[in-house]
Amino acid sequence: MTSQVSSQAEQADGALTGEPAAPGTGAEGNGGKNGGNSGAKEVRRLDRVIIRFAGDSGDGMQLTGDRFTSETATFGNDLSTLPNFPAEIRAPAGTLPGVSSFQLHFADHDILTPGDAPNVLVAMNPAALKANLADVPRGAEIIVNTDEFTKRPMAKVGYEVSPLEDGTLQAYNVHPVPLTTLTIEALKDFGLSRKEAERSKNMFALGLLSWMYHRPTEGTEAFLRQKFAKKPDIAEANVAAFRAGWNFGETTEDFAVSYEVAPATQAFPTGTYRNISGNLALSYGLIAAGQQADLPLYLGSYPITPASDILHELSKHKNFGVRTFQAEDEIAGIGAALGAAFGGALAVTTTSGPGVALKSETIGLAVSLELPLVIVDIQRGGPSTGLPTKTEQADLLQAMYGRNGEAPVPIVAPRTPADCFDAALDAARIALMYRTPVFLLSDGYLANGSEPWRIPELDQLPDLRVQFANDTNHTLADGTEVFWPYQRDEQTLARPWAVPGTPGLEHRIGGIEKQDGTGNISYDPANHDFMVRTRQAKIDGIEVPDLEVDDPTAEAAVRDGQGAAAVQGADTLVLGWGSTYGPITAAVRRVRRDGGRIAQAHLRHLNPFPRNLGAVLARYDKVVVPEMNLGQLATLLRAKYLVDARSYTQVSGMPFKAEQLAEVFKEAIND
Amino acid sequence: MTETIAEGTSTIEALSLVPKAEGKQSMKDFKSDQEVRWCPGCGDYAVLAAVQGFMPELGLAKENIVFVSGIGCSSRFPYYMNTYGMHSIHGRAPAIATGLASSRRDLSVWVVTGDGDALSIGGNHLIHALRRNVNLKILLFNNRIYGLTKGQYSPTSEVGKITKSTPMGSLDAPFNPVSLAIGAEASFVARTVDSDRKHLTSVLRAAAAHPGTALVEIYQNCNIFNDGAFEVLKDKQQAEEAVIRLEHGQPIRFGAPAEDGLGSKGVVRDPATGDLKIIDVTAEGADAVLVHDARNPSPTTAFALSRLADPDTLHHTPIGVLRNVDRPVYDALMSDQLEAAIEQKGKGDLASLLAGNDTWTVVG
Repeated sequence: MTSQVSSQAEQADGALTGEPAAPGTGAEGNGGKNGGNSGAKEVRRLDRVIIRFAGDSGDGMQLTGDRFTSETATFGNDLSTLPNFPAEIRAPAGTLPGVSSFQLHFADHDILTPGDAPNVLVAMNPAALKANLADVPRGAEIIVNTDEFTKRPMAKVGYEVSPLEDGTLQAYNVHPVPLTTLTIEALKDFGLSRKEAERSKNMFALGLLSWMYHRPTEGTEAFLRQKFAKKPDIAEANVAAFRAGWNFGETTEDFAVSYEVAPATQAFPTGTYRNISGNLALSYGLIAAGQQADLPLYLGSYPITPASDILHELSKHKNFGVRTFQAEDEIAGIGAALGAAFGGALAVTTTSGPGVALKSETIGLAVSLELPLVIVDIQRGGPSTGLPTKTEQADLLQAMYGRNGEAPVPIVAPRTPADCFDAALDAARIALMYRTPVFLLSDGYLANGSEPWRIPELDQLPDLRVQFANDTNHTLADGTEVFWPYQRDEQTLARPWAVPGTPGLEHRIGGIEKQDGTGNISYDPANHDFMVRTRQAKIDGIEVPDLEVDDPTAEAAVRDGQGAAAVQGADTLVLGWGSTYGPITAAVRRVRRDGGRIAQAHLRHLNPFPRNLGAVLARYDKVVVPEMNLGQLATLLRAKYLVDARSYTQVSGMPFKAEQLAEVFKEAIND
Repeated sequence: MTETIAEGTSTIEALSLVPKAEGKQSMKDFKSDQEVRWCPGCGDYAVLAAVQGFMPELGLAKENIVFVSGIGCSSRFPYYMNTYGMHSIHGRAPAIATGLASSRRDLSVWVVTGDGDALSIGGNHLIHALRRNVNLKILLFNNRIYGLTKGQYSPTSEVGKITKSTPMGSLDAPFNPVSLAIGAEASFVARTVDSDRKHLTSVLRAAAAHPGTALVEIYQNCNIFNDGAFEVLKDKQQAEEAVIRLEHGQPIRFGAPAEDGLGSKGVVRDPATGDLKIIDVTAEGADAVLVHDARNPSPTTAFALSRLADPDTLHHTPIGVLRNVDRPVYDALMSDQLEAAIEQKGKGDLASLLAGNDTWTVVG
C-alpha cells in the first residue's frame, strides 16, 4: 500500500465517487497478517476512513470525537475534522435539534477535508440516526445503541416502528450494540448510580472504535485521569468503560474485522507534528506575534460563539505577559484593545459577525488614529444572530466596507485550521508595520476543525519588531524641532507610533479629521480630500505576496519546452478564499484525476488583493468563485477587474463537499 | 508650598508607579498650542484652567499623563492639554482608557466626559469602569443639556425640560450621576462646581490621590443652551441654603450660621426610617447631626446624602467627596495575575507552548 501513497494523494477525496463507501473501499484483505493486539480476528488495511460520532448534546460526542482525533494524530495519520453541534447547550434530550455530531476523516496520505460522507456512523440514539442517515452512503457501517431504540425515544423523532427492524437499514452494515446496558454492566462494581454509570457510554463507544481502528489508547486513559483528577472514582469508571468498549470489540463476534490505516508518513514533510484546531492555532499565532514583536499582547473581548475559545486560550497564558480583558460588551472589548494599542501593546479583539457590527465605529476610529489593531472575526451564519454554531463566509463585505466614511481595512484570511497560526502572524505584521486595524477573517469551520500541524521552528517565525518614535521628526520654518504625529514614512505611509511615556512627543489624536503632518483638527476641504486618499493609498500599498496559481498543464507545457500555444494550459480558473480551500482543492484533484484541466488559486489577502491578481484573472476564459455567501468575493472581483466571475454559492452553514464542487468545475470546463 | 506638595505626592499610592517630573512645573507647561474653541463664557474654560493649574501640584512627568475623552463639548478637552491625549468616539472613553490604564500602570489616565457622553450613549462603560475600579480619574462635566448638537435635553435634564427635541417638555426622569456611581460600586465619588476653583481643585486633589476609579461630577454652565442651570448653587445668598458642603470628619451643617458658627441646618438620621433628613439645628440637637464619613465602607449613607438634592430646584445639593474607600484596583490585580502566572509556570516559553504534549515526528 505504501508504494501507492503518492498516487492516492493525487486522488485524495476522490475515491468515493459513484462507489459504495463501505470501509472495504480501497482496502486489501490482509487476513493473514494480524494486527498487533487484535487476537485472531481479521485485520484489513484501508487508505482512509471517515467516521461520524452522533448523539444527543448531552452524550459527550464532541469529547469522544476529540479523543479519537488525538489518538489518530498521535498515531500519525493525516486527518481533518468537522464538529457540528446545536447552539443550545442542552436542547431537549432525544430530539432532532439536540443532535450533536463529530466527523473525522483520517488517512495514510494527504487529505484536505473532513470527508463528504461517513464510512462509519455511530448513532447513540434514534434522533442521531435519523438526523444523519441521509448523509451515510449505502454499504457503510452503522453502530447503533440499541438501548435507546425503545418506544419513547423513537416516538420523539417520529419512528413508529424501529428502523432497526423494519428494513430501513437494509442497505447498511449495521452493528446493533446495547451500549448503555454494556456500560452499566461494566461499571457495576463502581458503586455509581445508574444515571452516573450511563454517562460513560460515550467512552465505551470510543473504546470500541479505538479497537476497530487500532488506535493507541494510552493518551485517552491519561486524559481521563487528568480531566477527572478531582474525582478519581469517575476517572476510573470512564477508563473502565473505555477498556470495556475495546474488549467488547475484541471478543464479540459481531465485530469480525478490524482495520488498519497506516500512518501518513509520506504525506508529511520531515518535522514534529501535533494536532491543532483553528482557534487554537490562531491563539498561538497571536501569542507568537507578541513574542516576535517583543510587545505585550492585549486582548479586549466579549464572549461570542464561535470566537470565545480564543479568549479562553489566551487567558491561560498570562505567563507570556498576555493580558486578557473580558469587557462589558463588544464595543468595550475593541475600545480597551485600542486604548492598549495607544499605549504600545500588540492589541487584539476577537469576535464574530454580530460583534463586528457593534465594533464598527471603533474600527473607524482606529482607521483614523492609525494605530495597530488585529480584529479577529470568526464568521458564523448570519444575518443577525443567524446560526451561531455553523460556518459561513458572509462577513467579507462587512469587513471590507462596513464603516461610515472611507475607512479601508486590510483583510487576511486563513485557509485551513493550522494556517490560522500563520495568518495571525501575518495580520499582526500588517497591523504593526502599517499602523492600521487589520481584519483576520476565520470562520466556524476553521475554528473548530482540526488537522495535523508541523510545529514551526522559532527561528523561522517572522521578525515583527517595530520602532516606537522617540524623537522629533519635523523642523518648523523657524528652526524649531517638533514631533508631528501624522508625519508619514515615505515607503509605507505609516505614521510614527509614539507611546505615552515618551518625553517631548506629547500629542493629541482623535477621530476628527486631522491636518496632514501636525495631526491638529482640520476642516479644510483640500486637506480632507488628501487625508482620505492618503489613508486609502496606505492600505492599497501594503506589501502582500503575489497570488500563486496551481496549473499543472501550463507547468507541463513550460517544462517540456513547448510554448503556451503548443500545449494549452487550463482555460478555467477556480479562485477561492478562506476555509473553502480544503473542499476546492479536493474537488480540483478529482477533476484532474478525471482528465479535466483546471487551474486553482486561493486568496489569503482580500484587501489589498495581490498585485498580480488582475493579470491572473485575465489569463483565463472562465473564473469560478465558490463561496459560502451569495457571491461577495465575486462582487469585488467584478467591480475591480471587470471579470465575468462565475459565482457558485452555498449558505447552508456547512462546508462545501468535494464531490459537489467537482461537478461545478467540470460543468464550467465543458461550458 | 511647592515642596510640601511634592512631598505629599510622593506618598500617593495611586501614582507611585508614575515617573515624577524632573524640574518644577507650571500651569503653562500643561497648555497646548491649540486655540481653545469653546463658546465664550462656557464653564469649560474654568475647569480647564483649574486642571491645568492643578497638574503641576502632582509633579508627574507630563509625558506619563494621558487625557482620553469621548464626544461632546467637554470632550475637546484633551486637545488643550499638553500631555498625551485621545479624543475618541461617543461614550467610549472609559472603555478605551481602561485598556490603556490596565496595560500601562506607569500612566496617570484621566477621562473627560459629559452628561450625554457618560450617562446616555456611554452609560454601560461608565458603570463597568466604576465596578472594576480601574485606575482612572473620570471628570464628568454635567451641564444638563446637549450642547454640541445644539440643545436637546440630556439624561440629567429635569423632567419637563423644554428643548428643541422636547417642545412640550421632556418626559424622562433624570439620573443623579452621584447616586448612579455609588450604585455602580464606585470607590470614589465627588461633586464640585465649575466656578468654585478652590473647591474644584481640592476635589481633583482627592481624586488624584485615590487608587482606583474616581468619579468627579462637575456642575458646568452651558451659557448658550442651559444658562444659569446651577445659579442657585452659585449665587451667594441662595447657595447658603442650597449647597451642603461635605467635609470628611465634619458635622454636615449648612445654611446661615448658627450660634456655634456652623450652619443653622443639619443632616440627621431619621430613627424611624433610617433615612436622612434636614433639621434646624438647636444647641442641644447639634450632637445629633451626622458627621460625614467618606471612608465608610458601606455606601448607604453616601447614597442617602446624594438623594437629599431636589432634582428640580437643586436645593440641598451636597458637594465635596461623598465616598472615598479603598478597594482592590483592577490594573494592579491584572498585573498580579501575570506575576503569579510566571511564578507558578515560569516565564512563557514559546517553543514548548507550540509543541504541546501530544506530538509525533516524521523523519525523512
